[in-house]
This record gives sequence, structure tokens and C-alpha cells, in this order.
Amino acid sequence: MDFQAVIDSLPRYAEPLLVTITVTVASAALALLVAFALGLMTSSKHLAVRTPARVFVEFIRGSSVVVQLFWFAFAMPVILGIQFDYLILAGIIALGLNYGAYSSEVVRGAIAAVPKGQLEASLAVNFTPFQRLRLVVLPQAWPEMIPSLSSFAIMLLKASALVSLIGVFDITGIARIIGGANGGANQLPHLALILVVYFVLAWLIWTGMRALERKAKRGVGINTRLPKTRAVAPPEEGANAAGGVL
Amino acid sequence: MNEWNNETVIEVFPAIWDGFIVVLQVTLVAGLIAVLLGLLVAIGERTGPAWLKRVVSGFFQFVRNTPLLVQLLFVWTATSLYINPDWSAFIVGSAVLGVHYASYTSESYRAGIEAIPKGQWEAATALSLPTHRVWGAVVLPQMMRRSTAAVANWVIAMFKEVPTLFAIGVLEMIAQAQKFQGQHYTGAVEGYTIAGILFLAASYPVAVAARRLENRLAKSHF
Amino acid sequence: MQNPTSDQPIIRFDRVDKRFGDLLVLDKLNFQVDPGERVTLIGPSGSGKTTILRLLMTLEKVTPAQDPAAEGGVIYVEGRPYSHMEKGGRLVVANERYLRQARQKVGMVFQQFNLFPNMNVLRNVTEAQVHTLKRGKDEAESKAKELLDLVGLSDRIDHYPSQLSGGQQQRVAIARALAMDPDILLLDEVTSALDPELVNDVLGVLRDIADTTSITMLIVTHEMGFARDVSNRVMMFDNGQIVEQGPPEAMFSEPQEARTQDFLRAVLAE
Repeated sequence: MDFQAVIDSLPRYAEPLLVTITVTVASAALALLVAFALGLMTSSKHLAVRTPARVFVEFIRGSSVVVQLFWFAFAMPVILGIQFDYLILAGIIALGLNYGAYSSEVVRGAIAAVPKGQLEASLAVNFTPFQRLRLVVLPQAWPEMIPSLSSFAIMLLKASALVSLIGVFDITGIARIIGGANGGANQLPHLALILVVYFVLAWLIWTGMRALERKAKRGVGINTRLPKTRAVAPPEEGANAAGGVL
Repeated sequence: MNEWNNETVIEVFPAIWDGFIVVLQVTLVAGLIAVLLGLLVAIGERTGPAWLKRVVSGFFQFVRNTPLLVQLLFVWTATSLYINPDWSAFIVGSAVLGVHYASYTSESYRAGIEAIPKGQWEAATALSLPTHRVWGAVVLPQMMRRSTAAVANWVIAMFKEVPTLFAIGVLEMIAQAQKFQGQHYTGAVEGYTIAGILFLAASYPVAVAARRLENRLAKSHF
Repeated sequence: MQNPTSDQPIIRFDRVDKRFGDLLVLDKLNFQVDPGERVTLIGPSGSGKTTILRLLMTLEKVTPAQDPAAEGGVIYVEGRPYSHMEKGGRLVVANERYLRQARQKVGMVFQQFNLFPNMNVLRNVTEAQVHTLKRGKDEAESKAKELLDLVGLSDRIDHYPSQLSGGQQQRVAIARALAMDPDILLLDEVTSALDPELVNDVLGVLRDIADTTSITMLIVTHEMGFARDVSNRVMMFDNGQIVEQGPPEAMFSEPQEARTQDFLRAVLAE
């Protein structure tokens, strides 16, 4: 293994690192938007609102993110007769929708977990349904969502590596290119390097989300001491995943 | 680019179906590894020496927080360079996938063990049960009830990540669609769509069954 | 159309039914309450007293009579239909918009306080004033401070509910309800979730309010001493019907009905 070669090639990682971060952050933002939209819709008492959202969530969750990525990149443009100027967009949409659908179950679960007495008190002071959502339900549900959402954010970071398969040059893509240039043997140190980079990024996300959680809990006057470790709930678990803190 | 073509759907289907069978085979092998290794890790964390516990949990924490794709590429390159270039991508890929998901299942098992009331351990000690009976008769049966649904859900999640193995040359569905495209200059659009639908058709009933299992276990009495 | 006048009842139940599935909780219930009256509802659990409060808070809807030709089944507040609204000369079940107007007159204090944990004490009392009554922030705050002073918590306005004792939370909840200037205040077992040593603080505040205001109160409680001091009338419920009613002195010292006697004996023995 030639570590000097890896060190020499570090500058070439700068832009791909930005791509990895962009894909992760942009699809996380999309996922959050989708999660709240679908989570609120699936919490609705109106069947006409709930059903399409439910179907969409099951449709996305039932299939594979890898297949969805290829589908959005190469099949959807053909079927809809559109063209992605940048494949990174296909990646962001596929990852954002997929993790948004999973996270919507977290949103739904956390909303459902707001005690009934809070809804009754909201009615007793005559809040409109929208005021109830904005002033009471969401501020209380939000801190409960963060642990599960942070697991999903880390999964999303990991899944961002998949965009290299559709030809986007993130750090995984560039590691394979640089390493592959002089035969397979040179790939190993590069792959090892990016494994460490991903681990550090995951740690940053985890640390940031914990700080966010502490802040959010303080906002509802909850004891801010968090458990040191927590089990990750499987993405399939749906509503139960809202209880990510074990 | 190609248009959607209904005839191509019929032509490409057998290839995608072959890929789907491979996905199921990988799921079986990797699933066994994930279920058993995860359990071993969870038990080892309780019973093994402290240094081993630190090494194992450090390793799995790293595995859990880095992409499966890069792990696959790393291990595949490493084994073919330094161990045996003849090992099949199927075996290496299944092993990596299994270990990756063992990092998740071990957490679910661990949570199941931690949820067992302290009194159960104390009662086992009070009865002077030998270690293997403590685990076999007291801890594992109670843990299983709490962990089974979560572990089943991880296996379903794993099933949907199998296509990642196409990156190291396992002939799953995406690889089959691309191969077909290479030979016939068409079929990728239809292939990816069929692949998505096959996943849906396979995973939805399993997910429903897992949910039912979860509810049943939650209601069971012991 | 009836014109509300001051000498007519502020609350009137006209043959009101309430079912939960097959369970009949209120059975053609008739009663009325005069403005400013304090009525305590007593009776075994499941007798329907809490349901009456929840119907008045519109947390539950009345069950339509099974015979469509049957009359009644309507709650009136201040002479106007409350559970129902007039539409084309007939009474139909009130829609949400009508209820929003109607329930403005009614406030409720809950057994479990139900303060908003994401708001501090001051915001708990101002939020609805600002958002429902559209009061200005300053007006809402001065009103809130006045009420928090009344319940003895002016030094806690920055605290969150989780930092308060149950008794303090319940006093904030009382201030929150009063801030809406209700004509009718519903008190649903407001001391049942409290540790015994905190009960008297809350009851003291309620006694003050009873003494200094003319708010109509419907009280569900097991505190018979409080009921005796505060109420003008005690109604004994069982199986969704009024067994017996009268002034507290008479009800507590010489109840006429066997069921009332049994109930009071059981409660006072505690």
C-alpha cells in the first residue's frame, strides 16, 4: 500500500467531499419536508387525506432504495420524457423521498404520542386545529422525533455513497477512480481513507443532533440529561421507531 | 434514450427474475449471518472480558456508521488481493452484508437483554443456576420475545439493500438490467421498474407479517 | 327563537342522551343551572358526571335519540342551542364553526391539569388570550399576571410546568381557564391527581374565586367539605340519571335516597 500516493491525492478529494455533504444535506432537507408532509397527512382523520399518503409511504418503503435510485436516474426521465442535467438531482430526489417516507412514520408516531389531554386542553382554550398543531402538538412532538431522525440522518449519509453508482463523483466515486488508476491494489488505502471520513461525518451528525435534542428538550422543560447510548430502531418499525431512546 | 416498451418488459423479465432469485439467496445467507452473529455479539458483550467487549463494540460501531457500499468494495478488493482471488462475489458480498446488519441486530438483541428486569438475574443467581441455564432458560426466552420483531425488521431492511452488491459484480437485478441493456441496447427502464415492483411484491407481505408478529409478541403473556 | 334574558337558566339539558357504544351514560337527562349558581355533581364513578362536563366543553357530542321523531336531546347555554344549531327552522348537530363561537363562554380545569409543557407559566396563560381572543400581548400579559397573583404564583411565571408541583400546575390551569373570561367554569375532579398536602392550596384558590366572582360553576369532586362550602346545590347521579338534588346542607345531613346515603357513607368513610 502506498500511503504517500494517498496523501498526495488528498486535494482531489475536496470537491467530492463537498458533493457527499451536498447530497446528504440536500436529501436530508427534502426528507424532512416529505416526512412532515406525509406524517401530517397520515395523521389526518380524513380518509381522503390519509389514504394517498399511506399508499405512497408503503410504496416507497416496500421497495429498495438502490433500485429507486436507478429508477429515478434512468427510468423516470424516459417515462416522463424529461432529462436530468445533473444526476446528483436524481440522487437527492431518490434518497430524499425514500428517507422522507421512512421518517414520516417517526413524525406520525410522535404526533400520535402527544397525550390526549393536550388536545382536550387545546380545545378548552378554543385553539383552531392549525393553532393546536403549531402551538401545542408540533412543539411537543419535535423533541421526541429527534433521536430517530438522527439515526435516519446517519443512514442517509451512508446511503449517499450509492450515488457513485449512478455516476456522481462523491468521495466513494473518486476513491474508486483514483485507486483504480494503477490497478486494484491502490484502491485499498483510498477506500480505508473514505471509510474513516464517513465515520467522522457520522459522528458529526450524531453530535449535532444530540445538541439539537438537548436544546429541544429544554424548550419543553424536560430534563436534558440524555442516555449515553441508544439502540437504533429498525426503519421498518414505523410508529414504534419514535421511541428511539431505549 | 429508449422509450418504454411493453414487449421489452416480457423480454427482460426472465433476466430480472434471475437477479431476484440471487437477491433471495443473498438474503438467506446474509440474514443467517446477521441473526446469529448479532446474537453472539450481544451475548458476548455481557459475558466476555471487558477488553473483548470494547474491541467488538468499537468494530461494530464503525461498521454501523460507514456505508455498506464502501465496506463491500474494501473487503472485496482486500480478499481478492490478499486472500483468495477465487472467492465468489456472492459469498464475500453476503458475508459483508451479514456483518453489516449484525451491527444493527446486535443492538436490538442488546436492547432486549437490557429490558429484562434486574430481578430475573437476581432470581437466577439466588437459584444458583449455571450460566448456560441462566441464558438458555431465563434470559434468551425473554429477550427473544422483545427482540424478534426488531430483528425481523432489520432483515427486511437488509433484503432491500441487497442490490448494492451489484457494485462488486453480484448478478442481482440491477446488474441483470444493465447486462440486458448491454446486449440489447434497451430494457434498462423496464428492468429497473420490474425490479422495484418485485421488491414491493416480496417485501410488503413480509412487512405485514412482521407487524403482525410484533403485535402478537407484544400481547403475549410472559 | 328564544331571546336570552338574565332570569333564564344559563345551562339547560333537555332530554340529553349519551352513549359510548352500547353503554348508556346519560339517559334522557334533564336539568338546568341558573346564572352564578355553583352546582356540585356527586355519584359513583361511571355515573355520568364527568360526561356532563365533557359535553359542555364539547369534548363529547350528544348522542341523537334513536327514535328520529323524539324531541329533545339538546343542550342550551344562555338560552341558545349549544350542542345543536338552527338551520332551516330545525335544530341540527352543531358544526365546528358554530362550536368555536359557542364554547368561548365555557372554561374547564382538568383532573390531570393538561398544562402545555412546551410553554412556561406565563405563556400558558397568555397564549389562548392572544390567539383565540385576539388580545394584544401587553393586555394578555397584564391579565395573566393579575390571575397568577390571584392563584399565588406570580413568582413562578418563568417556570415550565415540569418544574412545578401538581398543586402549582393546577393553580396555573385555573388561571389559564379564567383568563378566557368564561361565563361557565367546569371543574373536573381538580384535586384527585394531587398529593393530599397540596389539595388545600387549590381548594383555597377556588373558594376565593367562588367568593369574589359570579362565574357559574359545575364541579365534579370527591371533596365533600369543599362541595358543602362552595356550592348552592348538590346533584347525586347514578346510572346517568339524577337520583336526588338539593342544597348541600340538606343533601349531606339528611339524604333521602338510599343510593345517596350509601354513596356518602362510602365517601366520607375514606
